[in-house]
Amino acid sequence: MSIVKFENNGIRFDLQLIASWIEPGSKVLDLGCGDGNLLNFLKKQKQVEGTGIEKEEEKVAGCIAKGLSVLQGDINTEVLDFPDKAFDYVILSQTLQQVFEPDQLIHSILRIGHNGIVSFPNFSHWQVRLQLLTKGYAPVTPQLPYQWYDTPNIRVITIKDFERFSKQVGFKIIKSAAINTQDEDKRGKLITYLPNLRATYGIFQIRQ
Amino acid sequence: MGLVEKRFFTFAEPPHGMVLECGTRLGPITLAYETYGTFKGNNAVLILHALSGDSHAAGYYSPEDPKPGWWDMMVGPGKGIDTDKYFVICPNILGSCMGSTGPSSIIPKGDRAYGLDFPVVTIGDMVMAQKKLLDYLGINKLLSVIGGSIGGMQVLEWAVRYPEMITSAIPLATTTKHSALAIAFNEVARQSIMADPNWNGGDYYSGAKPSLGLAVARMIGHITYLSDESMRLKFGRRLQDKNDFSYNFDADFQVESYLRYQGTKFVERFDANSFLYITKAADYFDLGLQHGDGSTVRAFSKTRAKFLVVSFTSDWLYPTYQSKAIVRALKKNGIDVSFCEIEAEWGHDAFLLPSERLTALIKGFLDRVYREI
Repeated sequence: MSIVKFENNGIRFDLQLIASWIEPGSKVLDLGCGDGNLLNFLKKQKQVEGTGIEKEEEKVAGCIAKGLSVLQGDINTEVLDFPDKAFDYVILSQTLQQVFEPDQLIHSILRIGHNGIVSFPNFSHWQVRLQLLTKGYAPVTPQLPYQWYDTPNIRVITIKDFERFSKQVGFKIIKSAAINTQDEDKRGKLITYLPNLRATYGIFQIRQ
Repeated sequence: MGLVEKRFFTFAEPPHGMVLECGTRLGPITLAYETYGTFKGNNAVLILHALSGDSHAAGYYSPEDPKPGWWDMMVGPGKGIDTDKYFVICPNILGSCMGSTGPSSIIPKGDRAYGLDFPVVTIGDMVMAQKKLLDYLGINKLLSVIGGSIGGMQVLEWAVRYPEMITSAIPLATTTKHSALAIAFNEVARQSIMADPNWNGGDYYSGAKPSLGLAVARMIGHITYLSDESMRLKFGRRLQDKNDFSYNFDADFQVESYLRYQGTKFVERFDANSFLYITKAADYFDLGLQHGDGSTVRAFSKTRAKFLVVSFTSDWLYPTYQSKAIVRALKKNGIDVSFCEIEAEWGHDAFLLPSERLTALIKGFLDRVYREI
């Protein structure tokens, strides 16, 4: 088990890990950028040229107001209009589990970006397994905090699923990390032993 | 903002004049304009007004002046377009009647107004004239070009016609080309003016004006600037100063009374022929056709400006899909573009109404582009 320490920048551990993979000065697209925390962080720490896509008007307006370049729209359609290899990195952070056509989106990500970075909550974490096994209800965890009837998550994905998915859809995994997070995901550590059982999130860097 | 002053710049003296897109030479040309703030070389912001606007974007002309400029809530010290930081220029468009040369101007060395002898000007001509003004002011780089509606068309025209001058652009509630719906409403408005016997083929400056025709044209315009929702909220079916129908053709409903008031008020300040010329210029505008052989993507190919595109949910004159088409064409060119569709019930008019959201968007965007130069 290796412990990765980041300075407490106020942003989530998984986002800090993603940021550590990004080359300074590169062009980055963040799909589903929310409040723009990652983009803002990358802009300040890595001097990236960042763009975000976000659905909610309020979040979009907040991002633009703080000086980020953000487009309001649906990630599945917005990715279609960018030229080939327009970005060095296209980030899909904790959104894959909400995507209707994941293979189409991954295809688009790798068309418009040299690299994709994809992260998602690991559905085979032991807590998830244990809940289903012992209680028999759809699992509710800090990483998957929704009831079955109000969840935006329409896909259940495990770390092993994504690895198999890469072979089926035909893209390369360049780098991967399994992490376990605490304190509302502010702190965390890398998991190398039994990651599919012990990690709360999987993060992958992918290429065509 | 405090006190401001309307200035005038005259150029294109005959015989050369300025060659318009229709091929005619026009000259001399005067543009009315106002400036606010201090020019520091890299902080010039050009504001472009819509159909009936003028150069008076902000401030007051005198301490007794009852009303500030048309975008006073956005432009001024500490406001969305901060005149403590930026040098703002707002010209009145060519063809208008608010101080710039238009159909109501007197023909050079003549004793009458142009009327229909005024050449049909285009959005491109308006922008070419604005470029002359900036040359005169010694400004060769604009931090930003901002405008809504027909002002937004000029923003797009600037971005493709003089790409080397533009650092950023903010087109609001606008389009690269009018829809058939927009042209249709303009045509009904124009027909209303031309059907007024006082219009007299555009030659009315020495007699009675086509006030009725222009008032109806404005009423039609106002309907397109609102929305079903905003009219329902603002007027509903409420009656104006009465409890029951009058059973005649007076204004019974508040919406009738509002439109009549807007129409009458407009006639006092606007020229009917200018209305014809400016709406025609807007109808002719087709960015893709004029600058990209029919392709908006190609039209933007030389543009390197950063864009902030804004639309409003209830705007049915320039609906969001038209702003999204702009965004798409910009993206395909790899241009840095931000886009926000603001939830607003006030229809097309929303861009002129106080909005904390719009203010925050413009302020944040301008701060960024200023920081990044």
